[in-house]
Amino acid sequence: MNNLDVRTGFRSLGRGLPVLFLAIGELVLFCLFVTAVSLIGIGLGVLLVPALAVAVRAVVNNSRRNAARWSGRTVEEPYLPAPAAEPGLKGQWQRTHWVLTDPATWRDLAWMLVNPVVGVVLALSPLVLVVGGLGGMLMPAIYRPIADAGENYYLWVEISDLTSAWYAAALGLVTLLAGLAAGPALLRAHASLARTLLTPTRTAERVRRLTDSRSDAVNTSAAELRRIERDLHDGAQARLVALGMNLGVAEQLLAKDPEAVRAILADTRKASAAALTELRDLVRGIHPPVLADRGLADAVRALALDSPLDVTVNADLTGRLEAPVESAMYFAVAEALTNAAKHASPTTVSIDLWHEGGALRSQVVDDGQGGADPSRGTGLRGIERRLAAFDGLLAINSKPGGPTTLTMELPCALS
Amino acid sequence: MRVVLAEDLFLLRDGLVRLLESYDFEVVAAVDNGPGLLQALLDHKPDVAVVDVRLPPTFTDEGLRAALEARRQVPGLPVLVLSQYVEQLYARELLADGSGGIGYLLKDRVFDPDGFVDAVRRVASGGTAMDPDVVAKLFAKELHRDGPLSRLTPREREVLGLMAEGRSNAAIAQELVITERAVIKHTSNIFTKLDLPPSDADNRRVLAVIAYLK
Repeated sequence: MNNLDVRTGFRSLGRGLPVLFLAIGELVLFCLFVTAVSLIGIGLGVLLVPALAVAVRAVVNNSRRNAARWSGRTVEEPYLPAPAAEPGLKGQWQRTHWVLTDPATWRDLAWMLVNPVVGVVLALSPLVLVVGGLGGMLMPAIYRPIADAGENYYLWVEISDLTSAWYAAALGLVTLLAGLAAGPALLRAHASLARTLLTPTRTAERVRRLTDSRSDAVNTSAAELRRIERDLHDGAQARLVALGMNLGVAEQLLAKDPEAVRAILADTRKASAAALTELRDLVRGIHPPVLADRGLADAVRALALDSPLDVTVNADLTGRLEAPVESAMYFAVAEALTNAAKHASPTTVSIDLWHEGGALRSQVVDDGQGGADPSRGTGLRGIERRLAAFDGLLAINSKPGGPTTLTMELPCALS
Repeated sequence: MRVVLAEDLFLLRDGLVRLLESYDFEVVAAVDNGPGLLQALLDHKPDVAVVDVRLPPTFTDEGLRAALEARRQVPGLPVLVLSQYVEQLYARELLADGSGGIGYLLKDRVFDPDGFVDAVRRVASGGTAMDPDVVAKLFAKELHRDGPLSRLTPREREVLGLMAEGRSNAAIAQELVITERAVIKHTSNIFTKLDLPPSDADNRRVLAVIAYLK
């Protein structure tokens, strides 16, 4: 047994007692909760269940935190998001319904029953073994009163004289060492028991991810609509008002001062051209014309032509994809290209597009300076969010010094 | 001069017909959809066609495809494509067959009737009319690369831009308010600096310049 193991062995001793106390609390709450559920029939349960659920979750979350600390891996909360709070009895009923229909609630209950039995045995064993072992080792010093009382055993050794006391001491040493040695493994077993019952199931995890990405998508599109509204209001709309005013003035001046009218009309023409340019840019930001005309491959080729960088495009796509997926991938690639131009100062960029295994994939490789970090730039986060809205993924490989490879994937069918 | 016009929005079609007729063009057919356009082009074989990119029934690049198909069947058929947006991708497809009589302009250019009609005539006579936006994008990319383009003086770059749009020496001289002789001097400098084969025909010149830029 090396030093590290001894230390973790000793550390595991201290963890048995918190598990025991938590388990007692959990057992009590289990009884209360089950009682509350049985009272739903007479109405009282509707008041009690949501309140008790809060307590249950708080206590079980303690077990989650312990399991996370001892296993070194985070344990996510699996609960479904709470419904919008409504006042009165209706709200109470909705909350009760929410608690009882969440599979995580029932898994919590299972945990509250299993932990006081199996969990406590696992977590408390190291401490029990070590304390018991110490007791055995003390036997040679304290054996006399024990032997005098007669019929006393340390494990299977009857304590009758000094020889048997030394025998017990040796046995105690072995027990103590066994407790220290088994401690970390037992604690790991406890943590993995906790993980199986307390972490979100795959479905719950997926629901949570989808809920997050959906609310992201809703927020992004709301922000986008606001931007479009503002652009139209301050841009084209304002210019059209000015156009109308100019034309009104021109009408007034027509008889008196034809020269001035000529100047006003020239201005008006310029203003209408500017309004058109603004509208064109706006439309391009909403849905690029080539994407609508030709689909993703040509749209990305057009993007490459417009980019100041040297971009090669290899597209292996036959048929059209679903429009929203096409658009998401287009803007993700566009963002990746902008990002590369802005931060990496590459000389060449290559873009690959292909469809494989029920997913649309793209890879953007630049030979710039690398070191791209999604936690710093908003660009990469933006790409991630854009893809997440369609259950897609972004993988970044960017060593300092480059090259940088962005791999993007969107599940979709090819039509 | 006989013109076939394709534009699906009634107001614009009407306006274009009136504009062209006021400059003594004869609009022999004004259609509002892609298949109709192809038929009209093949039936009338006009002196020039003015075509909107986006047409029914698909409302995608129907007009562009009909024009390309008509030129495949009637090589060199002059077509001026109008669009709410210009794409280098489409410009290249239009120029790809290497014969002249091609125009690609933003719809806004109609705001300047003289300039627009000049472009239509240029295309009809086998020349080229590229939108300044297309040319500007080509330039931006080339300048970013720090290529030979950066060796040109700003004036030479201006001349090159107008050349790429398809303007004649006389037109460039008028636009820049310099003599035609000065324009010729600039163009020969440009061709030397960029290592391009000298060429007098405006159309061949455009192709050389565009080929160089991409």
